[in-house]
Amino acid sequence: MLDKRVPSLASAVAGVRDGATVLIGGFGNSGVPVELTHALLEQGARDLTVVTNNAGSGDTDVAALLRERRVRKIVCSYPRSKGSIWFEELYRARDIELELVPQGTLSERMRCAGAGLGGFFTPAGADSLLAAGKEVRVIGGRRHVFEEPLRGDVALIKADRADRWGNLTYHSAARNFGPTMAAAAALTVVQVRQFVELGELDPEVVVTPGVFVDRVVRIEPGGAR
Amino acid sequence: MTVQRLSRTDMARRAAQDIPDGSYVNLGIGLPTLVANFVPEDREVIYHSENGILGVGPAPAPGEEDPELINAGKEPVTLLPGGAYFHHTDSFMIMRGGHLDISVLGAFQVGANGDLANWATDDEHYPPAVGGAMDLAVGARRILVLTTHTTARGEPKLLERCTYPLTAAGVVDRVYTDLAVLDVTPAGLLVRELVDGLTGDGLQELTGAPLRFADDLRVLAPAGSA
Repeated sequence: MLDKRVPSLASAVAGVRDGATVLIGGFGNSGVPVELTHALLEQGARDLTVVTNNAGSGDTDVAALLRERRVRKIVCSYPRSKGSIWFEELYRARDIELELVPQGTLSERMRCAGAGLGGFFTPAGADSLLAAGKEVRVIGGRRHVFEEPLRGDVALIKADRADRWGNLTYHSAARNFGPTMAAAAALTVVQVRQFVELGELDPEVVVTPGVFVDRVVRIEPGGAR
Repeated sequence: MTVQRLSRTDMARRAAQDIPDGSYVNLGIGLPTLVANFVPEDREVIYHSENGILGVGPAPAPGEEDPELINAGKEPVTLLPGGAYFHHTDSFMIMRGGHLDISVLGAFQVGANGDLANWATDDEHYPPAVGGAMDLAVGARRILVLTTHTTARGEPKLLERCTYPLTAAGVVDRVYTDLAVLDVTPAGLLVRELVDGLTGDGLQELTGAPLRFADDLRVLAPAGSA
């Protein structure tokens, strides 16, 4: 029997290794897998490469991983959000490596990894410093820069509902990077608000099919566990 | 006569007049976001947000916020009837793939050749951030820039060539400042509208690139004064 549901946050993040590349969903505070990120903090993996759009704000989720010095490198598009104090502190102290990637390139690099492709040429950033050291080719009269796939060892994402096969639906704009990251990681871990029986999710509205999902954990309303 | 410099609100109001009925539009964070407040009500405009929304509506009433439903500036928004959600990769297909009619962006600098610099300055203590600006700049069919004519220190933002790192080369179509409306043309910057109280020479002094003036140069007037 195929059952991807796991009973606890600890079991959801079990096995994440030091040095792992972790894709973490979310845009600002929307769609961030807060509880899974805190479970990873508790689990203790360090020397991580974190791929996420922003660099966390305040003291929770990604910012908590930064505060506890668990992150060696961050790959993101916009680390300058209001309240990104921990990132800024590490950046000024040169205690973290930053790979800045245009947001569409960040997403498409993960899509390539999930789709089994070897990369792509994009005009985004082709005339910028972010193209330094990369292959640039003129296609259709326009400069394009070659970008490689970006694969995760683990993805942590937040969805709304799941069945035991790992089929997922999302709530409003919280889906953001979730569907792409789910396909791009070797181990995809999802936190959801609700478990439903097989067949309860309308197949016409499933956003992420369960084939991309490995573990699903339910977060009790109002908090973790 | 004193220079009738436009307020931020009036700059947004002026740019909003150029958003046609039925267009798909992305508004950058900060000042460009204000443009939505001033598009004439008889026009139907579909706003896109990079985090996966088409049909972005106005801010919700207090207490009605959905914490997951935010715009690119991370402020709570609503979804209009007919709106849709989609994931990031699709959202950037819309942006990069030429499916948006207009992108309104802020700028640190604009070159007379249409180059745009809006993601990094030369301050190394400040981490760079790019977000979706590079994808929008290369992808939207028309790029409108909304920015003050000079920096807080009075230095020109419109230059022969940008000195800050480029976001994209040769992409800007039109610039709305607090002093003028300018088109980027193959022959450089062409002033279409100029505020009252400022001569063409006066504007040229505040601009780092040679200006030409339209034959039908018009007055750029604050709201309510026209």
